[in-house]
Parts: sequence; C-alpha cells; structure tokens
Amino acid sequence: MTTTQNPDTRYTEAAIEADPRVPAVHIWRDFAGTPAQLMRAHTDPELFKQWVGPDSLTTRIDQWDCRTLGSYRYVAERDGEEYAFRGTFPFVGDDKIVQTFTWEGMPDAIALETMTFEDLGDGRTRLHAFSLCDSFEGRDGMLSSGMEVGIHEGYAKLDGLLSDGGLADGTA
Amino acid sequence: MTDQLSRVFAALADPTRRDLVARLTEADATVNDLAAPYDVSLQAISKHLKVLEEAGLVSRSREAQRRPVHLEAEVFDLMTKWIERYRRQAEERFSRLDAVLASMDGAADASTTRTPMEGTAS
Repeated sequence: MTTTQNPDTRYTEAAIEADPRVPAVHIWRDFAGTPAQLMRAHTDPELFKQWVGPDSLTTRIDQWDCRTLGSYRYVAERDGEEYAFRGTFPFVGDDKIVQTFTWEGMPDAIALETMTFEDLGDGRTRLHAFSLCDSFEGRDGMLSSGMEVGIHEGYAKLDGLLSDGGLADGTA
Repeated sequence: MTDQLSRVFAALADPTRRDLVARLTEADATVNDLAAPYDVSLQAISKHLKVLEEAGLVSRSREAQRRPVHLEAEVFDLMTKWIERYRRQAEERFSRLDAVLASMDGAADASTTRTPMEGTAS
C-alpha cells in the first residue's frame, strides 16, 4: 500500500495509496501518450465511455459538458440493473481536471477528484488521481467495497475485449 | 469494520510501525527485541506498538514477563486484499484507457511532437 515517491519510479501498473492524514486515495499510472491525448480520452464522451466502466457493464452517457463549471451524468447498466453517477467540473484546464463525483444511490456523499497529467518527456504521461472523500468512513467504504459498480464479477472477460481491437473505432 | 480499516491505515502511515509489522511477519517478538535496532527509547516503541494493537494489527499475550507481540495476520491480509482489489479495478480501467490511447491519432509515434492541426513547424 505504500508507494515511494521516487522521481525514477515508473508506474507501468496502477499504484495506489490511502492517504493517512485526509480521507483520500491517490492513484498513479503512466501511459504511452501525451497529456493532450490523456485529456481527450477524459473529456471526449465517446472516448471516455470506452474505458471507464467495467466490461460487464455498458456505459451510457446521459449528459456531458466537460468544461469548467460543466456537469455530467452517466449510467452503467447490466441486465436491467442501473448505476448512475454524476458530478460537476469545477475546473478543466490543459492538463488538469477537477470534478465532483457521486453515486446516485448515495447522492450526498460527494467525492472531489483531481486528475493531473504530467508530461514525462519521453512520449509518456503520468496520471495522478487524487480522490478526496467526505469522511474516512466513506473513503474506507469505497476501498473495501470496491465501489458499487463492478464488485460482482466479470473481469476475466476484460482481456478478450481489450485484444479484439473493437476500441480502434475510436480513432478520430 | 470501516472504522477498523481507518485505524489500520493510520497505524501503517508511520514508517517505524510499518517496519515493526514487517519484522513481526517473521516471528513474534518482545518489545525489547523489537526496540533493539532502533535509536529510540523503549517507551517510544511501546507507544508505536500500542497504536498497532489498537488497530487490531498486533496482540500481546498476558504473560507478564515476556509479553511477546504477535502479528494478527488476518487483519493485515484483509486490508491488503481490499486495497489490492481496488487497485486491480483501477488497473483494469487504465488498461482499457491504454487501448483507447493507442487508437488515437499520433499515439503510434510517441516521438511526434506536432500534430498537423497545430500547423506551424518549429
């Protein structure tokens, strides 16, 4: 659970740290791509829906205005079961997105997420996601239940979906 | 349950306590044993152990003399599993993001620093 913030560290896999001082979770991950491409994958709803949800669920975007002071709502669906998430974007910059995030099942438990994209200078970009929950209980609940969506099953299917090339349609 | 998880996170936020836990994975040890390698007082180590004990991470037997400290591996495993599952879900999401990035213009050539849309070559 502890991640050394060594400048030479490469996050080829997601690294996670539960902040001991505030009810927050940090995630780091390096990607092959520029900060601008990472931004596009986060701000363009057609791209975003391709990767955000577990594969066992279909993501439908209800509303999407990823600009400073915009808002969003998307619904993850499987076998008639729906999980809706929504929030606002207090700030959207060139390499940073600040958004609120809530599951509509508990609409007053709102997390504040800050995503920054740091150019590593070698065609790679580091994503740092900082999710600040409204209480330690909320944070630990999120960690221990793995969110409401996607806790059930189905990740074995993931590899198949990733390798079948279906995502290539997203090319602009 | 989540209260305990909070205490576990807080307990493990300290490098000395993480080190103590790491050493206890090998075997039970007395406070004296545990304190030996550190340049701090026995009292300070006792204090750290108390935090770990309150988080449910370690227990101490009631044998007055020796009172060996024992790591409660189940608690530790549970927390590690929770975190790991959460991490894995994030990684699965990011693997999909990898694929999306790879399908985008210009992603194939990481050395490309100017896209046609930006026009002017420098």
